[in-house]
Amino acid sequence: MADEVPFEFLHMELVAHIHNTSTKEENDTCIAKLESLGYRVGLSLIERFTKDCSRFKDELDMMKFICKDFWNLVYKKQIDNLRTNHQGVYVLQDNKFRFLTQLSNGKQYMEAAPKYLAFPCGLIRGALCSLGINCIVTAEVSAMPACKFQIQIQRL
Amino acid sequence: MSRQAARTGDPRKVNGELFTLTYGALVAQLMKDYENDDEVNKQLEKMGYNIGVRIIEDFLARANSGRCNDFRDVADVISKVAFKMYLGITPVVSNWSPAGDEFSLLLENNPLTDFVELPEGHDSLNYSNILCGVLKGALEMIQMDVDVKFVQDHLKGDNITEVRLKFIKRLEDAVPVGED
Repeated sequence: MADEVPFEFLHMELVAHIHNTSTKEENDTCIAKLESLGYRVGLSLIERFTKDCSRFKDELDMMKFICKDFWNLVYKKQIDNLRTNHQGVYVLQDNKFRFLTQLSNGKQYMEAAPKYLAFPCGLIRGALCSLGINCIVTAEVSAMPACKFQIQIQRL
Repeated sequence: MSRQAARTGDPRKVNGELFTLTYGALVAQLMKDYENDDEVNKQLEKMGYNIGVRIIEDFLARANSGRCNDFRDVADVISKVAFKMYLGITPVVSNWSPAGDEFSLLLENNPLTDFVELPEGHDSLNYSNILCGVLKGALEMIQMDVDVKFVQDHLKGDNITEVRLKFIKRLEDAVPVGED
């Protein structure tokens, strides 16, 4: 079964739609819209995904869960590298991020990368929010198709 | 490892849910953007079409199913191979027209509508209309002009979801689509 294919195509259409309908709006609005869609999906997805899980030990344990199980679920691979400063910043590196593999590897489409990363950022934020962690997620691409997601925990 | 196993439920199932939830978010966004059911239907079909014209390539590469001799073969491949591969269901092919150019796909459980209830006042919304677009787009790429539409929808209180496909003609010249 190749059920990841429809999701990938759907995501492409989603990005295209959001950008087509808002010609006058700033690019930022589109990114925000996609992010909030991702947030909503992440929120409900993790709820169903973790319903038979054992309790998480700590924050790092949750991050590992995101890197392994969650990533595997959504992108059929694991995060390649997880780093943290132990003060609430985590960097997840994916050397071959699925949504970027369809784009050219050169620098030509670098500008197009952010719109394909907004939804995934939202997914992570939604998932972590559901697990009880408030955070800000940003993404960064230096060489396609590798991508870094930075998670900054918001403590109150 | 044991812990890992305990943690992950059924990834296959949840992956399907990822698609369902994302689709739901998309439809909700469209409802916000257009506020008119017919317009949303149209938009969904258009997006489906865009997916269809590209997914057919993926399908042919994966399925390796050979040529279809007639429309009945096409129907079988759609239900038993394509739907099975991408959505994990096998719709029943039935209600053939006497001429053999029209049939229905009966979906007993439609994964797209897993967590969905239509709110009041959206009787003309075809929630899963993207499927029509995908089928139309994909078939067009293999030189078949087919009319696809929803006849019954479980969401609207019908017993079953029924998609009707009507063969119109064979496209002779494959003019690149979308070049307008």
